[in-house]
Amino acid sequence: MVERRSILDFIPHLVLLLGIVILAFPVYVAFVASTWDAATIANGHMPLRPGPHFLENYYKLLFVGTGSSTREPVGVMMLNSLVMAMSIALGKIAISLISAFAVVYFRFPFRMAAFWTIFVTLMLPVEVRIYPTYKIVADLNLLDTYAGLTIPLIASATATLLFRQFFMTVPDELVEASRIDGAGPMKFFFDTLLPLSITSIAAMFVIQFIYGWNQYLWPLLITTRDDMQTIVIGIKKMIVTQDALTEWQLAMATAILAMLPPVLVVIVMQKLFVKGLVETEK
Amino acid sequence: MNNVQLRQVGKVYAGGVEAVRAISIDIPDGKFCVLVGPSGCGKSTLLRMVAGLETISSGEIVIGDRRVNDLDPSERDIAMVFQNYALYPHMSVYDNMAYGLRNRRTPKAEIEERVQEAARILEIGHLLDRKPRALSGGQRQRVAMGRAIVRKPRVFLFDEPLSNLDAKLRIQMRVEIKKLQRALGITSIYVTHDQLEAMTLADILVVMNKGKVEQMGPPLTLYERPATTFVAGFIGAPPMNLVPLPEGGLPGLKLAKVPGSGRLTLGIRPEHFELTAPGTGPHALDIDVTVSAIEAVGSETFLYCAVGGNGPEIIVRVAGKSEIEAGATLRAVAEAKNLHFFDDETGVRIAD
Ligand SMILES: Nc1ncnc2c1ncn2[C@@H]1O[C@H](COP(=O)(O)OP(=O)(O)OP(=O)(O)O)[C@@H](O)[C@H]1O
Ligand SMILES: [Mg+2]
Repeated sequence: MVERRSILDFIPHLVLLLGIVILAFPVYVAFVASTWDAATIANGHMPLRPGPHFLENYYKLLFVGTGSSTREPVGVMMLNSLVMAMSIALGKIAISLISAFAVVYFRFPFRMAAFWTIFVTLMLPVEVRIYPTYKIVADLNLLDTYAGLTIPLIASATATLLFRQFFMTVPDELVEASRIDGAGPMKFFFDTLLPLSITSIAAMFVIQFIYGWNQYLWPLLITTRDDMQTIVIGIKKMIVTQDALTEWQLAMATAILAMLPPVLVVIVMQKLFVKGLVETEK
Repeated sequence: MNNVQLRQVGKVYAGGVEAVRAISIDIPDGKFCVLVGPSGCGKSTLLRMVAGLETISSGEIVIGDRRVNDLDPSERDIAMVFQNYALYPHMSVYDNMAYGLRNRRTPKAEIEERVQEAARILEIGHLLDRKPRALSGGQRQRVAMGRAIVRKPRVFLFDEPLSNLDAKLRIQMRVEIKKLQRALGITSIYVTHDQLEAMTLADILVVMNKGKVEQMGPPLTLYERPATTFVAGFIGAPPMNLVPLPEGGLPGLKLAKVPGSGRLTLGIRPEHFELTAPGTGPHALDIDVTVSAIEAVGSETFLYCAVGGNGPEIIVRVAGKSEIEAGATLRAVAEAKNLHFFDDETGVRIAD
């Protein structure tokens, strides 16, 4: 019995370990690459242990910038990405909370029509409506601004649906108790609904932050100035295919840096995030 | 004066469902009114109209001397205890009770005082810092009561507040609610479908059926003189035996006097039978019965009997334990004052 248990325990662990190794190895290689100098990588015999140029590479990257195609320091790019991801995540959450609140708790004309309109936008991600969206942003003179970068990505059917689903599980009696306790709709929203939604909000934040951070196509179109570039685009620009002058150690370091904020967000929000996806606090 | 008056109150839901039809009830200041009836009869709807959670389709509701039809729940000066308690899950017990007062801008010191007072009355002082999740069902029930008490409302409304508790706790809380209501003297409306709860709590008992009032009055009046077969069958446990009397009489059943003419239903409570040996009599009612099943509860025994050997089934209650066995033939007799007669067609009581 005991042995069978340990074997049964062992196999899943083995599978998990294998999975982790397969996933982590490329990341490790990227990290190792970011700690050597260009020459070592270029000759094709990069060792599998970290090299001596860690501080030098990262310092140059963050505060000075690369030599060739992207001259901006990566610090600026990270800031841009951070602003974009944060605005998208928080904007989406704010808008979705409000629209889900309206759809679930208010009886207004064309309520279901409004809901279905939101729902249908699921089928129209930025990639599909990219030309009209670009035109609008350009006409509004929002090219190369944070507003242009984020606002078109904020409207979110996914988050609205998730919050609607959550709100519908909140017992009606809570609304009624609030009404009797003299809380109007907005007071109910802030005093009861929002605190109850906190885990869903955390889950949404994690998902949408990563979504925002990983945006590629839209920032590529909207930003032309180097100082408005996001880090994802920065990485792309660092890898120059035509000549072999790609500074791989810097590109890899940028990739590692680009990974950190989302990882940080996941780690910090982990507990709330998992709770938000699997259970509701009621 | 915190009396509550319902005047011809009606409710039609959006789908055309007529949930409540022209109900008039007058509840004097400080009285405990219980609405009882089968599922779907409109009890909750009526209560929620008093609370202001449901619009009033027709008629008027007056609390004190104010017509409240168009007032918000928070302006009606009522407090409600819900079946599933509806405590705010993210607030501590203290905040749950204080929330309504804070919204009314009650001074902090007074909130503190009122919450502590309610906590003392309900013996939940040691729970004030907990979240509802960390409470037992009974404790949650108390907090819900506390939330109602701190408001010092004109009217308490209860919608089946005890139905989520286990049997023992229910009885305990029932007694406490009664004591509390007496002590505070607050006019109350209480919805239940448990007839025992209804009988024990009510000053005024309202039996509802299909959106209408079947009968209302003091509980014992309803027990002693049910106005319809519906009330007769609803009040009392087990309920009154209702035996339809066919044209030529029922074999094995002898009545000394039959009031009026036409088809009748005879009603008699299980506890009003006496058992004698076959052949004695005559009494106001003599029934020869054959015992088909026995239910012994300890303090009393219920005999399920067939009238005349194979006629309709009636229940006879015997105090304490009983030596009688299934298959025995007996004579069940009753006094004239314990017999009820109803019109067989309409179910309405025949005046006596
Ligand atoms: N929102 C609604 N829309 C339409 N019909 C409703 C609505 N709420 C209740 N009803 C109907 O009104 C009638 C009375 O409902 P109500 O909830 O008052 O019953 P109840 O006496 O409280 O029953 P229970 O003992 O099961 O709680 C029922 O037939 C019900 O189907
Ligand atoms: Mg109900």
